[in-house]
Amino acid sequence: MSATPSIYSSPHVPRCGIGFMMMRSMRQHALSSIIAIVCVALATGLTISVVSINAQAYKVFTGGQAGFDAVLGARGSQLQLVLNAVFHLETSPGNIPWSLYQAVKKDPRVELAVPYALGDNYNGFRIVGTTEELFTKFEFEKGRKFAIAPGGRMFDTTRREAVIGSFVSRQTGLKVGSNFNPFHGLNFDPKAKHDEVYVVTGVMEPSNTPSDRVIWIPIEGVYRMEGHVLRGADKEFKPAAGEEIPDEHKEVSAVMLKLRSPQGGFSLEQMINKQGKVATLAFPIGRTMADLFDKMGWVNRILGLVAYLVAVVAAGTILASIYNTINERRREFAILRALGARRRRVFTAIVAEASTIAAIGAAAGLLVYLGILGVAAKIVQAQTGVVLDLMFPHQILYLAPLGMIALGALAGIVPAIKAYGTDVAENISPTS
Amino acid sequence: MPLLEINNLTKSFAAPSGEKTLIVDVPSFSLEEGAQVALEGASGSGKTTFLNLIAGILQADGGTIRVAGQEMTALAEPGRDRLRAATIGYVFQTFNLLQGYTALENVALGMAFGRGVDGPHALALLQRVGLNERMTYRPRQLSVGQQQRVAVARALANRPRLVLADEPTGNLDRHHAREALKLIREVCRENGAALLLVSHDHEILGQFEDVHKISEFNRAAALENLPAEQKGEGPK
Ligand SMILES: Nc1ncnc2c1ncn2[C@@H]1O[C@H](COP(=O)(O)OP(=O)(O)O)[C@@H](O)[C@H]1O
Ligand SMILES: [Mg+2]
Repeated sequence: MSATPSIYSSPHVPRCGIGFMMMRSMRQHALSSIIAIVCVALATGLTISVVSINAQAYKVFTGGQAGFDAVLGARGSQLQLVLNAVFHLETSPGNIPWSLYQAVKKDPRVELAVPYALGDNYNGFRIVGTTEELFTKFEFEKGRKFAIAPGGRMFDTTRREAVIGSFVSRQTGLKVGSNFNPFHGLNFDPKAKHDEVYVVTGVMEPSNTPSDRVIWIPIEGVYRMEGHVLRGADKEFKPAAGEEIPDEHKEVSAVMLKLRSPQGGFSLEQMINKQGKVATLAFPIGRTMADLFDKMGWVNRILGLVAYLVAVVAAGTILASIYNTINERRREFAILRALGARRRRVFTAIVAEASTIAAIGAAAGLLVYLGILGVAAKIVQAQTGVVLDLMFPHQILYLAPLGMIALGALAGIVPAIKAYGTDVAENISPTS
Repeated sequence: MPLLEINNLTKSFAAPSGEKTLIVDVPSFSLEEGAQVALEGASGSGKTTFLNLIAGILQADGGTIRVAGQEMTALAEPGRDRLRAATIGYVFQTFNLLQGYTALENVALGMAFGRGVDGPHALALLQRVGLNERMTYRPRQLSVGQQQRVAVARALANRPRLVLADEPTGNLDRHHAREALKLIREVCRENGAALLLVSHDHEILGQFEDVHKISEFNRAAALENLPAEQKGEGPK
């Protein structure tokens, strides 16, 4: 019915350009080529990861994620205050009296003051007592407030109710309607279970901030937790059920502040940190974290140095993998030269081969980077609630691959010179 | 004008002792377009060196070699490479096929540095040497006889005007040697290429009408440079 094709359909005849010959050569030395490619991929992935993760971490930990401008807390280290109150890491430096909270709340320089009371956890996730203002007035990003996912609602400040972060919900399985018992302390200790039972009334929409890892309850709940002692006044106070707590006994762990202007922040800072003796104001939050990063700069410089050394080692692998094949390939070069190929061609072919190995490795390196970042992002999110962006644009994403290709080409020059020097007459016949 | 014309060609090598030894000293030699000539010489008489000089693989110490109207001896290495690529096909005793390439790709490489790859011509040549069913085989997958047929096809791929053959049957048994020689001569004739073949095998040499003893025109090979056992009695 249809025309029968010829029995021997003509095989494709290659044009035998540099690219074709290079692929043939790489196929012939597949193992050493693959090893070199893997080395380059790891080096590229590592370099990009170190630079990109550091840049992202700097951005999210010093940038807008906090939403607040300043933190007021017990006298001590500003950094500890920020890590504790903003990132929910570290131990609490202690408490300050309620009156201080009320004073800053009324201060004309302060736009919003939200109190935090710490002391309990659930399976290691912090329980923070606060007021409804955190949900109704606070914007963690311009125009974005913490929202409660459909099906949930805000806690009632007179009941044992909780709103939980999305990460907490995912990790613990707590949902709207779930009951749980808080545990005493900021670190999980199975023996320190409180008798109070809280019910989850809402799960927050993910905000990709440290707040995703927090369980929020009414601040009164913290005061009334069995075993908690209030030391706001001279003598300790334990509220009985139903008894109103006088303000002078109340304490807060931190007050989160949104300021009307930076100048206000500086004068507040002057007043609290320089003239006052009872409390510390961490301001600006970003500056405090930037100081931390600057102090940790040497770690980053060492990581960077390691990454660059690995890149050089990878280039060395390319050099060695090709260099080692040159002796066994001399005959091949001699044959090609006898067929009319010029020295320059042999040289170019080797440099091209090295560059191609580097290019393939660099491309694979981007995948390695995505893998490393994926793992790193999971760890960072679990530890801080902050989410790293896989598609974070950074110039290292193309600088590292381009640099690796250039380094690869450079590494190819050494074996290329060796190949270039091949003597045809000496190598065309087997030496025997 | 002959296709190949050689005058006062000399080439010497430094022996391991450091002493310079004259290996090639040819006052005059020529080959006509399309001719087929065999050179007979014992091992070590400078046959390979002579062919390498003609191919421009070696640089002569003195004298001239003209190939297809161009003076090989006046050219620098890239020029000699280009002239070789354009006008000369080379067949070796050890075939010298590239192991990473198929039979067809080896033939294509024969044109890659000259006129450029002509696919249909490469296919036709492989068909001519009887390997149309082995085109995609690698050299190791071919018998020695088949390998030399690929080498012959490769030498003729670029339509060279001169084919140099350096003991092309040295690695073949009697039967295959005769077959290979017949094929080389036929294919050269069909393609209008002159053939200059060197050998020390009398059976092979016996097939040629035109056989030159290398000692007749290479003064360096006359006596003094040959290994002792080939010098016979030697001058008293
Ligand atoms: N690169 C070289 N250096 C020194 N001696 C050489 C070199 N190449 C060839 N010779 C010598 O030149 C002589 C001729 O070699 P060759 O042309 O290979 O002979 P044939 O091909 O006739 O056997 C031999 O004695 C060989 O040792
Ligand atoms: Mg020889």
